[in-house]
Amino acid sequence: MTNKLKLVMVGNGMAGVRTLEELIKLTPDLYDITVFGSEPHPNYNRILLSPVLAGEQTLDEIILNPLDWYSENHITLHTSWTVTEVDRVKRIVHATNAAGEIKSAPYDRLILATGSNPFMLPVPGRKLDGVLAYRDIADTQAMIDAATKYKHAVVIGGGLLGLEAANGLMKRGMSVTVVHVGEWLMERQLDKVAGGLLQRSLEERGMQFRMGAHTQELQADKNGRVASVLFKDGTHVPAELVVMAVGIRPNTALAEKMHLHCERGIVVSDTLQTVTDPRIYAVGECAAHRGIAYGLVAPLFEQGKVLANHLAEFGIGRYTGSLTSTKLKVTGIDLFSAGDFMGSGNDDVSGSTEEIILSDPHEGVYKKLVIRNDQLVGACLYGDTVDGSWYFKLLRDGRSVADIREKLMFGESNIGDVGHEGHNKAASMPDDAEVCGCNGVKKGAICKAIKDKGLFTLDEVRKHTKASASCGSCTGLVEQILMFTAGGDYSATPKKKAICSCTDHSHQEVRDAIRDHKLLTNEAVFDFLEWKKTSAESKATGCATCRPAINYYRMSSWPKEALDDPQSRLINERSHANIQKDGTYSVIPRMWGGETTADELRRIADVVDKYNIPTVKVTGGQRIDLLGVKKEDLVNVWKDIGMPCGHAYAKALRTVKTCVGSEWCRMGTQDSTQMGKDLEKAMWRMYAPHKVKFAVSGCPRNCAEAGIKDVGIIGVDSGWEMYIAGNGGIKTEVAEFFVKVKTSEEVMEYTGAFMQLYREEGWYLERTVHYVNRVGMDYVKKKILDDEAGRKALWARLQFALDGEPDPWFEFDKAQVDTRQFEAITV
Amino acid sequence: MTEWKVICKVDDIPVLGARRVQRAKGVEVAVFRNAEDKVFALLDQCPHKRGPLSQGLVFGETVVCPLHNWHIGLVDGCAHAPDEGCTTRFAVRVENGEVALDVQELNTLAVDDTTPA
Repeated sequence: MTNKLKLVMVGNGMAGVRTLEELIKLTPDLYDITVFGSEPHPNYNRILLSPVLAGEQTLDEIILNPLDWYSENHITLHTSWTVTEVDRVKRIVHATNAAGEIKSAPYDRLILATGSNPFMLPVPGRKLDGVLAYRDIADTQAMIDAATKYKHAVVIGGGLLGLEAANGLMKRGMSVTVVHVGEWLMERQLDKVAGGLLQRSLEERGMQFRMGAHTQELQADKNGRVASVLFKDGTHVPAELVVMAVGIRPNTALAEKMHLHCERGIVVSDTLQTVTDPRIYAVGECAAHRGIAYGLVAPLFEQGKVLANHLAEFGIGRYTGSLTSTKLKVTGIDLFSAGDFMGSGNDDVSGSTEEIILSDPHEGVYKKLVIRNDQLVGACLYGDTVDGSWYFKLLRDGRSVADIREKLMFGESNIGDVGHEGHNKAASMPDDAEVCGCNGVKKGAICKAIKDKGLFTLDEVRKHTKASASCGSCTGLVEQILMFTAGGDYSATPKKKAICSCTDHSHQEVRDAIRDHKLLTNEAVFDFLEWKKTSAESKATGCATCRPAINYYRMSSWPKEALDDPQSRLINERSHANIQKDGTYSVIPRMWGGETTADELRRIADVVDKYNIPTVKVTGGQRIDLLGVKKEDLVNVWKDIGMPCGHAYAKALRTVKTCVGSEWCRMGTQDSTQMGKDLEKAMWRMYAPHKVKFAVSGCPRNCAEAGIKDVGIIGVDSGWEMYIAGNGGIKTEVAEFFVKVKTSEEVMEYTGAFMQLYREEGWYLERTVHYVNRVGMDYVKKKILDDEAGRKALWARLQFALDGEPDPWFEFDKAQVDTRQFEAITV
Repeated sequence: MTEWKVICKVDDIPVLGARRVQRAKGVEVAVFRNAEDKVFALLDQCPHKRGPLSQGLVFGETVVCPLHNWHIGLVDGCAHAPDEGCTTRFAVRVENGEVALDVQELNTLAVDDTTPA
């Protein structure tokens, strides 16, 4: 009917269908799509077979794409058809069904998504009735049926899948023995101590174990059904049901028959193309990428995204591998592991590992963190997994943990966190408990969205529920809820995080490109880095996430050369005031060091009267906020007040809070007010990756609260102490002592140098505390304290950048303020 | 026969920006211009919490509401999934670099709803 390209997919499982979903989102009309699936079902969530077995969910609830979805998207679906042959020369696939009939389909592009097969121990009796693998709906149903008729079950394999199967069968009333060849349970995810705790807790629930046992034979009863398991040591246990869960193998049978290169899976490139035939892709558990066949859902979805991107002929996506973490789906047992949880000890190449261990056998809590070269490289948690996602993030980011080492074990909440009543155990929270305090999202709503809409990633949950979409302090909780609800092998994968969906490049890569290649305009950046464009665009225009970032990177990298683009700034920085919920604005004039005069106050009072400004408020930063100013009044309000712009709306230097200091205070040792004014006058108009606040106190009583500012200066008798990277916001972060200096000139130089370093290296929307955490305090000290010439150069560059910068409230042309925005057109 | 009212020149609207059009009655109309010089007109009110869309950042054929970051399609006035809701669209005619709106629409569409927020 059409000349659309023909896309055929072999396999109808999670990774493959997710790929099609991504493809349809990108380009709904490029392909005629045909899918062959051996199972009689549409795509379902295989991870949730365990809750189905345990009777906690039904089969209907785990269907991800109902049949309607296939028809709505014009996908031809052949269920219960197994592809048995592929003619790569004529490009035709041939499938057979149970009746032995044959169906064929031609292809231009072929996706192999054949998944994996359970590995069956090669012992006598493995083909008896009642011996099963645990892989699909049919297996699960057979186990559920067996549980109604029989009493004794044996699960061979004490890994993740085996324990979930054993737990489910036990819940259905069977007496279950787990046979495990290893010394302890889940040895690929747990160390010996945690494995022992797990075993004890499962034993308390009635599960039995045969550890270190080698299966010799499965013995039959007179009807040919399995009756018992015989071990090498001659003992045996009764078993009318035997479940083999000793591992899975990528299903490469078809690929091998097609003469595609297979080694631990179908070998694919970073674009998921098979190395043998670029028309053919492989995705999911059957694919081997850089020697690894992944078995967890998140990496597979990431592969799917890259593959869809390539099929859609965008061609810039690359899959570069994933880190994975594990969580057991046995209700009531908390267990998490990630990375090198065993601690590999001494290793000449990568250095030796150290372990931090907390063990409380009485409470059933065990935590082990593995550290190498000041980085967290592995974690194994049992009994208390609340910080699993935080540890996983640290592990993935690879940032130095030297500065938080002593607090690391006690978790993220120990480092200061507000906004959700200190709740930190997702599982024990009631459905009506609020998870996201910013957007008022309750746990029940999140669980419902995850189930109803089939969400798998934090981003998807954010989009659908708004939970964790604002301040982000509940991110850990939301990730946990996701783990519990969507399935246990949740993992957040990208090693490198793209700025936004317009690109695969990270903040750092974009920064580097702008600096190294002198990209002065947005267009140059979009061209050079091949920014994606929407179908409606002839050239890329970015989005609301990347454009403000690029605009900042250009300006901070090339001061006086790269021009500000006001249309790439969000409204506050475009209108130089702070938009309020009703569309009016707030105006905060600058008061140097928090000091004002009768004259200024009189002008402010007159303006309030003249423009009917409804609210006047004293801010936390020692300034005055006029709220409810109409946009068309802004220009006149600024003019009538006649004070400089306070930048209270901008990613820029905001306030410099000061105490009274030695001029008046009987305790004061230094003139903190003057120091504050000097700092503010030197550095106002300074745009930065995020807002910046300073404070100066005149003595160690620290009335200006310098300990929670980006730069806090505290006067002492012999000079000034400088503290950096504090934050009083979502997570209270206490500023760290940086250096002690003698003179106010030095305060200026060191502060300026730190600011310039942050301006040149910080990622957009990264506060100083996050910047310093990322690069490490030692690095900042090396750059500023140890390198005098470097420090002076930084300070000089900041002064150069700020020299002649306009006040946007008065110098509209120079500050590129488009004054048309203040006037409405009337009809 | 549609009666068109010339509002402004295309060049009076910033590229990737918007202007507000005040009507005799009703909430203002936002007139957008994108990078391809296409002009769109929507009621200046986000379907979510009535944020002024004219103040949003424009890219492609989308404007992002300045209050809570909802993405609104400039062509149909509707929120991008998974958000739901649409704001009123206005017909636009561009001729000889001049932007015109439909007088009848200006006088009748969404005129009763005057209160912002």
